[in-house]
Amino acid sequence: MQFYDWLLFLHVASAFALVSALVVFWSIAIAAANVDRPVDSLRYFRIARPATILVVVGTIGTLVFGIWLAIDADAYQVWDGWVLAALVLWAIAAGTGQRGGQTYGEAQKLAQRLAGEGRAEEPSAELRTLLQDRRAMWLNVISSLAVLLLLVDMIYKPGA
Amino acid sequence: MSVLAAIRPDDWNFPLLVHVLGATLLVGGLIAAVTALLLGWRRDSAFYTRFGFRSLLLVALPAWFIMRIGAQWIYSKENFSEDDEPGWLGIGYLTADLGGLLLLLTIVLTGIGARRMREGEGPSVLGRLGGVLATLVLLGYIVAVWAMSGKPD
Repeated sequence: MQFYDWLLFLHVASAFALVSALVVFWSIAIAAANVDRPVDSLRYFRIARPATILVVVGTIGTLVFGIWLAIDADAYQVWDGWVLAALVLWAIAAGTGQRGGQTYGEAQKLAQRLAGEGRAEEPSAELRTLLQDRRAMWLNVISSLAVLLLLVDMIYKPGA
Repeated sequence: MSVLAAIRPDDWNFPLLVHVLGATLLVGGLIAAVTALLLGWRRDSAFYTRFGFRSLLLVALPAWFIMRIGAQWIYSKENFSEDDEPGWLGIGYLTADLGGLLLLLTIVLTGIGARRMREGEGPSVLGRLGGVLATLVLLGYIVAVWAMSGKPD
């Protein structure tokens, strides 16, 4: 394998990390939609922990290795239309995903605080509200759609 | 070689999208399942085994079919001759099909394990075995991602 092939593998592996993390987050978001007890929500947050690392690795990796690939390959330039479109989609996905994730971060902190106070088994309306926050859900929908469009852009390479 | 491979006929793009999308969803479903099943070794076994089972059944299995259909679709367009099939294609076939069988076995084992735990039988050996198998399947697919993207000769 040549250097370009390794770069391509690292770029694709980063994309897999990113999409995989989104799949884990969505699985949890759907499964935990009606959860209101801290003890239950903390179980889901434990499953999300590796995905939280993967989403950071995937987001940074796709950008770094993607730009590196565009510089390394003679066939592509960073200012090609489809590369610029990918950069815009990446920024939308990262920005909305990060903002959407903040609400779940707050829910996790609340659940940990309530559990620390010995109220892990008691239903919490505040926790339920955070876990069902529609704004956070829509931000995550936009983020996921941007990632899907990124994938389409990467495969179709319009204008290349 | 990869640059040449990236410049492909337009009608290959959609099958490739189906294949890649299925593969990413499959790996995501497996990561969710592996995380849950391994967490279940130490605590809340019934909850985590059930979550792992559902991730495998409702996410990984449908995604496997999407990935595999996409793979066969694009293979039919590439017209490889039998004597000239590249090595990465063999790795892809092996991991996809053997991984599919293992995935099916994992789903059955974790499903039985989750059912037994629901009936109050305590931590299940089958759930743990499912965790090990799901990890192996995931590792196999990571090798496949390397083979498919890097395309080693």
